Order: sequence, then C-alpha cells, then structure tokens
Amino acid sequence: MSEMDLSLLPMLSSLKQKSQSFLPNNLRRIIIEQSKRAGVGHIGSALSIVEIITALYGHVLNVSGIRDPNRDRFILSKGHAALALYGAFHLKGWISKEELDTFCGNGSKLGVHPEHILPHVDFATGSLGQGLSFGVGAALAAHHEKANRQVYVLLSDAEMNEGAVWEAIMFARQHKLSNLCAILDANGQQAFGYTRDVLDQTNISERLQSFGWQVNSVDGHNVNELVKTIHSPINFGGAPRFVIARTVFGKGVSFMENKIKWHYSPLSDHEYKEAMAEIDKHS
Amino acid sequence: MRTAFVKTLVEIAERDKRVFMLTGDLGYMALEPFMDRFPDRFINVGVAEQNMIGIATGLAESGYIPFAYSIVTFATLRPYEFIRNGPVLHNLPVRIVGVGGGLEYGHNGASHWGLEDVAVMRVQPNMTVIAPADHEQTKKAVENTWDISGPIYYRLGKDDKTLVTGLNGKFTFGQLDIVQEGKDVLLISMGAISADTAQAIEELNLRGLSCGFAIASTINPPPVELDKVLSNYKAVITVEAHYKVGGIGSLVAETIAEKALNTLLVRMAVDGIPDGITGSQAFMYSCHGLSKENIVNTVLMTADKLEAKNRERQSCPVN
Repeated sequence: MSEMDLSLLPMLSSLKQKSQSFLPNNLRRIIIEQSKRAGVGHIGSALSIVEIITALYGHVLNVSGIRDPNRDRFILSKGHAALALYGAFHLKGWISKEELDTFCGNGSKLGVHPEHILPHVDFATGSLGQGLSFGVGAALAAHHEKANRQVYVLLSDAEMNEGAVWEAIMFARQHKLSNLCAILDANGQQAFGYTRDVLDQTNISERLQSFGWQVNSVDGHNVNELVKTIHSPINFGGAPRFVIARTVFGKGVSFMENKIKWHYSPLSDHEYKEAMAEIDKHS
Repeated sequence: MRTAFVKTLVEIAERDKRVFMLTGDLGYMALEPFMDRFPDRFINVGVAEQNMIGIATGLAESGYIPFAYSIVTFATLRPYEFIRNGPVLHNLPVRIVGVGGGLEYGHNGASHWGLEDVAVMRVQPNMTVIAPADHEQTKKAVENTWDISGPIYYRLGKDDKTLVTGLNGKFTFGQLDIVQEGKDVLLISMGAISADTAQAIEELNLRGLSCGFAIASTINPPPVELDKVLSNYKAVITVEAHYKVGGIGSLVAETIAEKALNTLLVRMAVDGIPDGITGSQAFMYSCHGLSKENIVNTVLMTADKLEAKNRERQSCPVN
C-alpha cells in the first residue's frame, strides 16, 4: 500500500455512500480508489470497460448461484482489467469492502489478473488470447445439452493480435455457437502503441463478418445500447455474435483518455484527486 | 497402443456420457470407432491445437471429460501455455493424448519426435503423466485412470502388436510395474522402448546376468516406493526415447539424490539435438545409442564397472 495524503480521506468516505448502486461512475470510483491505494496501473484498460461490465453484471448475466452449472459464463479475456470485475463483484454484494481493500495485497485473492480461487471467476485469465477458446468450450457444452445458458467473453482489441483467437473464431462459426457472445473492447490502444500502428484493425467488423459472425457495432459507453445489443435470446443453429464496443481508453478521466502511459502508470496523489473530482462532477 | 486406447475409450464412453473426444485433425484410421459410435461427442477441431485445449478446458469446466488427441509434439508443445493456464491451473479433468512418443515418427523428422513431452508435462505438479509400455498396458492404464481428478497426459505409441515380455498387461497407477527381480543391475524403462529393453534383458539373462526390470508407466506423480526399489540395486540403468533431461532418468536421479541412495545411475536417452538424419524408429534408436544391442552393452559395461569397484574395495587395506 502506498502512502496517501490525509486530505484524501473525506473523498474516500464519500465513496462508501455512493458505491451502493451499480452505476458506471461508482465502478469508476472503485477503480481509481483501489488502483491508487495499491499503487498499480492498468487503470485505463479498466476504465474503458466500465459500461460493458455494468451492462453485463447489472443487466445481462444470469448468475443464480456460485458455481451453479446452469449459470451464464463470463470470461474477462483481457484479464488485466480485473479491477473493473472486482468492483462489479463488490457492487453486486459478492465481495465485501474489506475484501476489495485487499486488492494487490499479500495473501489477497484479488490480484492484478483474476484467479479462479474467487468463486465468481469462471475462468482465470491474464495471458491474452485464451479466453475465447475457453468460452467456445463452455458454449459447446451448453449447445450439446441444448441448455439456455449463454457465454460472454470480453476481449481487448490488442488481443486480436493473438492467432489462437482466430482459431476460436473459425470454430465457433463452424459449430454455430449462437449461445456465444464475444464483446470487443475496441479502445484502439495496446500496451506499447496504438492498434492502428501495431496491427491495424480499422476494418475489424468486416473481418469478423467475413468469418461468418453476426457483428454489431455499439457505443461502448452507453449502457442501455450495450444491454440491448448484448442481450439476445439464443437462436440454436445461428451464428455466434461479436459486439464491437467502441470505447475510449481511460474513459471518464480526461487526462488519461487515449494515453498509452495509463496502461501501466499508477496515480500520484494529485492525479488521484483530479480523477476523483472529475468523476464526481459527472455523477 | 492407439487402437487399444480408442477401443477402451469407446467402452468407457458407452457408460459415461461425460466423455468427449477432440482431435487436431489427426487420427485417420484410428479414431473412427469413437467418431462413428458417438458423432455428437467427437469433434475434429481442425489443425488448431491451442484452441483444442481451450475448448477442452471450457468443456471440462462444464462437467465433461474431454480427451484431446494429436501427435505428441502438437498435443503438448504447441498448446503448452493453454495446458498450463487451462486444465492445470483450474485443475480440470482434461486428458491430453499424445501419440508417437519418442522416435516413433522416425521418417517424419524432428518436428514429429516427442523428445521433451514428459519433461514439460511432469513439471506441472497436478498433471498425471502416464506412458504405457504396450497396448495391453494401455487398455489397463486408461481403464484405471480416465476419471481421476485433475488433468492427465497419456503418452502413447502407435504399435498395437508388440508386447513387453513378462508385463502381461499389468498396470498399477502410481507404482512401478515390476516385470522381474534381479541381483546385478536394475533396468527401468518408459514407454514403447520397454519392448526393446525386455529383449535386451532376455539376452543378458542368457549371458548369466541377473537383471531387475521395472516399467515406469506412471511418471507423475512419481511412483511410490521408487526409492525402495532402487535401494535394492548397486546400479540402475534408465532407458527412454526422450531427451536425457526431464524424463525417467531425471526422475530416478532426483530420487537417488534426495534419498541419498548408494546406487550408480546410467541414463540411456536421446542426448543432444537431432542432426537432421531420419530413418525408421529402429534406425533412430541405433543413431541415439538406444538399440537392443546398445542396452545389452551398457548393462555389461555397468556390471563390469561394479565388479571392478567391488574388487578394488576388497583389495583395499582397511584404514
């Protein structure tokens, strides 16, 4: 835990009251607070999926019980944004504030990437390019049983660089896994550059369509639009679905938006105050 | 072994609906009995081994027992990180089935030789590693292990005819299979090369040497009482179609060191990078010093060394 300016304390206590309901900016506050407290990065990557996570955990996912075989599955294939997931678990009441406060501490179950030891993590991730294959297997199992559960996989656009993702894309179409919905966090940025400069993906929708997927493009920061697009009844024998969520890296904290630096950098005390003030202003 | 494996798996799948079979586009003229009997539980995933293991992970998390089949190198090395982050770290019952362990695909060249599969698999603490010695043992091994918890790696051979003399299809999970006891030296072999080892022992018996012979069909977890068996012998010779580092020879070396045993170890294995020369399995065994004749000679030389040591000890004045 890094040293923190005592003047920040009133801000932290106000967080407690505001974080009861599942709203995007409550999730943003958790991300900023916890990353500051733990002194870790990956902030921009977590901020860009706030509305997607809100749509999924607030409205879409059917998770009736811990490890219930018939629950929907969710795989955060871009595991480095796990803080957004932990925030969602807290807002759902699945993990306490005390447990959330262990993020990145010694002995914590809440590391930088999600581990399977947490009961609500279906699959541990952290190595890019593996989550979609796990999801394809889970969707295949549900398809085999004609079960109603759905499988959602959230990928980063950088992750589309991985060849294995395309193996999974071809397989899911071949086997008509319409109970599988992949969501792309298309923030245009990766760890060491912009996607357009590394491996350009400007025509990603067309590429995915040409692989036989049903593709919908959506504003990745509009929860209602996301829910409408992601939530869809299963049409057995149809195509799997890819939702391209157009997002802004670091969304909600203007000095972070679209800046490579915020893939890794932790916040200074000053930056923390500025970030929280901006989120509060827009809440 | 692969025919025996498929036949056994069909019998298991008949009684257990959780069994799935995935293949990375291999198994022509081998997997058809499963494919024909259970078309809805058989999937050719294409030449995409990473995705195959990812899919197997997803299936296993949903309650199934998937068997993922390919040639040893493609089944273990290409998707290795998927194996680690999927079935290993989630402790799921994925079964990785590698066919053609060692130098069986001799003519196909080094890309098809499984020379480090056991090494990379046995470092994963919860990965059960099983390398049957012949097709009868394969049947028994699969029957006895298919539904245990956690992941399994089965290293199979292609040969469904040759039997290891004296093994009689024995398989005891987690233990060495002792083929014969002896007095002079102990031979421990792993996989299909056990048949060649058995032939070498027959010849050594004729020459008056008393060799113990054990088959390490379970490599991980390490066979219980391996140390006790080793401690009965002054010398042990391990025989494997695998790189010298990481296979059964390494496991025996670890045991000798950790238990401070007074046993001389000679590791017969592939020692060095393939040089581009290809040929039949028997030819490749000769190239790498693993033929029956090589085994006989190594045992004789080791026995001579032991005897010389013994003489030295006896002639040495007591201090």
